[in-house]
Amino acid sequence: MPLLDMRDVRGGYGDADILQGVSITVAEKEIVVIVGPNGAGKSTAMKAVFGLLNVRGGQIVFDGEEITGWAPNRIVQRGVCYVPQVDNVFREMTVHENFEMGGFLRSGDLSAAYDRVYQLFPDLKAKRRNLAGDLSGGQRQMVAMGRALMLDPKLLLLDEPTAGLSPKYMEQIFQITRDVRDAGVSILLVEQHAKQALAFCDRGYVLATGANRHEGTGQALLADREVAEMFLGG
Amino acid sequence: MTLLDFLNFYLVPGIVLGAIYAVGAIGITLVFGILRFAHFAHGDMATLGAFIALALAASGMDPWVALPLAMAITAVIAIGVDRSFYDYLSRRPKILTVMASLGVALMLRAVVQVVWGVDPTTYVTGIVRPEEYFGILLRPRELNTLLTVVLIVVGLELFLRKSKWGKAMRAMSDNPDLARLSGVDNRKVTMLTWAIVGALCTASGFMLGINTELHSMMGWQLLLPMFAAAILGGVGRVQGAVLGGLIVGITEELSVFVVPAQYKAATAFALLLIILLVRPRGLLNGKVL
Amino acid sequence: MDIVGLANYAVFMAILVGIYALLALGLNIQWGFSGLFNAGIAGFFAIGAYTSAILTSLPASGRVGGFELPMVLGLLAAMAVAALIAWPIGKICLRFRSDYLAIATIGVAEIIRLVVRTEDWLTGGVRGITGIPRPFGDLPYMESQMAYLAIVAVLLLAAYLLVERQLKAPWGRMMRAIRDNENAAAAMGKRVADRRLQAFVFGSALMGLAGALFVHFNRSVTPEAIDPMIATFLIWIMLILGGSGNNRGAILGAAVIWVIWSVSELLTDRLPTEIAIQAKYVRVFIIGLTLQLVLRFRPEGILPERQHGGGTAPPRA
Repeated sequence: MPLLDMRDVRGGYGDADILQGVSITVAEKEIVVIVGPNGAGKSTAMKAVFGLLNVRGGQIVFDGEEITGWAPNRIVQRGVCYVPQVDNVFREMTVHENFEMGGFLRSGDLSAAYDRVYQLFPDLKAKRRNLAGDLSGGQRQMVAMGRALMLDPKLLLLDEPTAGLSPKYMEQIFQITRDVRDAGVSILLVEQHAKQALAFCDRGYVLATGANRHEGTGQALLADREVAEMFLGG
Repeated sequence: MTLLDFLNFYLVPGIVLGAIYAVGAIGITLVFGILRFAHFAHGDMATLGAFIALALAASGMDPWVALPLAMAITAVIAIGVDRSFYDYLSRRPKILTVMASLGVALMLRAVVQVVWGVDPTTYVTGIVRPEEYFGILLRPRELNTLLTVVLIVVGLELFLRKSKWGKAMRAMSDNPDLARLSGVDNRKVTMLTWAIVGALCTASGFMLGINTELHSMMGWQLLLPMFAAAILGGVGRVQGAVLGGLIVGITEELSVFVVPAQYKAATAFALLLIILLVRPRGLLNGKVL
Repeated sequence: MDIVGLANYAVFMAILVGIYALLALGLNIQWGFSGLFNAGIAGFFAIGAYTSAILTSLPASGRVGGFELPMVLGLLAAMAVAALIAWPIGKICLRFRSDYLAIATIGVAEIIRLVVRTEDWLTGGVRGITGIPRPFGDLPYMESQMAYLAIVAVLLLAAYLLVERQLKAPWGRMMRAIRDNENAAAAMGKRVADRRLQAFVFGSALMGLAGALFVHFNRSVTPEAIDPMIATFLIWIMLILGGSGNNRGAILGAAVIWVIWSVSELLTDRLPTEIAIQAKYVRVFIIGLTLQLVLRFRPEGILPERQHGGGTAPPRA
C-alpha cells in the first residue's frame, strides 16, 4: 500500500474547481515529482494533500488513514510537512531558531533531530547563528527544508524548491532531496524545471488543466515523445 | 547654562520621559508587528492600569509594590478586551479592528472617569528632594523608573529570545503563515501578546503617573509619542521602540530651545511625519503595513 | 415645553443635524468610498471653524482678524484651509496602510487643539472668538433660525448631489475598486495615489465647511466647542450606523445619532449633580459600546451600500 494515495481529487480555493480529478501516489522512500505547464494545478494538487484546499471530491489517504478535509496542523502532526515556494523561512530569526520553530510541536530532547538536519546541511552548521534572511537563496531553501524535517515527517512536500536558483544550487537541492529520501523520508515535489526533475526523480506525474495527463518513471516520461513535445519544449 | 544644568534640567528628564514612552511603544510595536494593526486603545489602557495601581496603593500598599499586581490585573483585562471586542473581527480587514480599538479607547476612558473622576491625583503626596550622584540629580522615583524600564526591557528580550513561546511570538511577527504551518497556535500567541501588552501599558501609565500626576486623559496624550516612538524605531522591533522612545522623550525636552513650551507635545507629531517621509521602515528597519 | 418651544427646539436640532450630516458625508468620501481612516475629524472641523471666524468676525483687541469679510468668503476659505492642511498629511501617509493616516490625523487634531489654546493673537485663546456674523441674524428669532436652516439644507443638498455624481462617474467606480481590492490598487499605481489624495482632501474640505457653518450658527467659537475625541467619534458612529458607502445612510446616521445624543444629554442634565457628571461619561461609554455592537451585528449599517454595476463586494463597515 502506498504511503500517500490521492484518488480522483477535485477542488479549489474558492468555489471554482481548479483540480478536475487528480490521482497521485507516493510509496515509502520514493521521490515523486509533479510537472506540467503553468496553470496545470501542480502546486494546487500538493496543497490539497496538506489541507489548504476545499476538496469537493475524491479522497486522500495517508499512511492507512483518510486525511481528506483535515486541517493543516492535524496533518502536520500525522507526519506530513510542507515547504512553501516563497516566504518559507523566518527571515528575522537565526538558522537554528528556524529549526527550533520546525520542532515547535515536538517535546522532549531534540538534539538527535538537530544533528540529523546539520548532517544533511553541513553548510548551515557554520551559519547557525546567522539570520535566515541574510543567507543566499539556495541556503534559504535548505533552511526551509531543514525546518520541515525537524518534525521527523514521513512525507515531505516541496513546492518548487529550485525556483530562482542557479543550476549549481539546483543540483545541490536535488542531491539533498535524495539524501533526505535515503534517510527514510518520502518526497513529493512540484517542479518547473521538468527535464532535470524527471531525470532525478523515481516517478513523475504530468498534469494539465487540473487533471492527470501522463505518469510513469522519470526515465519513461523523459523518453515519451508526447510528453517531450507538450511540456518539455522538445 | 553649565553642562550639569543641561544634564539635570533637560537631558535627565528627557531620558526619564523617553523611558516611559519606550515601555508604551514596545506594546504598540508588539501589537503592530504580531497582530498587525494600530492599537488606539493603548493609551487609555495605560490610564486604566495606572488607576488600578492607584486603587491598590490607596489600600496602603507601596505604589512600587502595587505596580506588578496592577500589571497582572490589566493583563487579564487586556485579554478580555481582545476576546470581547477584537477577536471577532480577526477575519475582516484589519482596519476595522483599528476602528474598534478607537471605541475601546473611549470606553476604557469612560470607565476611569466614572470610577475615579476627572480630577488630577497622585500616588504619593509631599515633595521629594533629589539625591546627587556625581553632580547628577535624581529623585528616587526617577531612579526606580529607569531601573524598572531596564528590568522590563531585559526581561522581555530574554523571554522573546530564549523561551519557546517568546520565539513563537517572534515567528508570528516574522511570517504568520509559516508560523501556523509550524504548528504555532495563533490564539495562544494572541493571548500572550495581550497579556504582555496590558502589563506594559500599566507600567508606562504608572511611571508617568508617579513622575507627574494621574488624570483621565493622561493615556490619550501618551498615544502620539508612543506611536511616533514605535514607528521611529521600526515597527515590530523591541529595541527600536526603546530607541524611538528615548529619542522622542529627549527631543520633547530639548524642543523648548526651539519652540514655545506649549508645543512640546507637537514634537512627537513632527518626528512621526519626518520618519514617515524619509524612512518609513524606521531606524532599525522594521515593517511597513 | 409648549408647541413653540418644541418647534424652536426641532429647528435648532435640524440645523445641527445638517452640520453633522456634512461631516458624515465628508467622512463617507474618505472612509466609505476610499477606505481612508480619518481619526482627526474634529481637527478639520476646528480648522474650518476658526478660519471663517477669523475672516468674518468683528475686530477685537489683542487678536488679528476681524476682517468683517462676507460669510461666503469665510465658508470658501474654511474649505480651502482644511484642504490645504489635509494635502501634505495625505501626501505623506497615503502611501501606507490606513493605520498610519489614522495616527497622523489624530496628531493633526491634537496640534490644532494646541494652536487654538495657545495662539491668543490668532484664536483668542481660551476666550475664543465672538462677534461672528450670522446671515439673516437681524430677523426675529424663529425666522432667523429658519433662514439658517435653509442655508445649511441647501449646502447639504449641494454637497450630497455633488458627491453622488462623483460616485457614479468613473472616479467613484475606480475608488470602490481600489477600496475593495488592494491588489488592483497596487497594479494601478500612481493614479490610485492621486485619487486617494483627492478623496482625502475633498472630504476634509467638507469637514472644514461644516466647522464654518457651526460657528456662524453659534456666532462664537471657543476651544470647548471642539472636544477632539468625542466629536470625531460621534461622526464615525453616524457613518457606520447609517451605512458607510451610502450617502443617504450617512445623513440618516447623523440624524439618528445626533437626536439620541442630544436627548440623552437633556435627560442626564436633569439628574442630581453628583450623578449627572458620571452620567455624562456613561453616555460616552455607551457610544463606544454602540460602535462595537454595530460592527458586530450590523456592519453594513441601516442603509447598506448599494451595489453599483454588478459589483460583488461584500458590505464593509
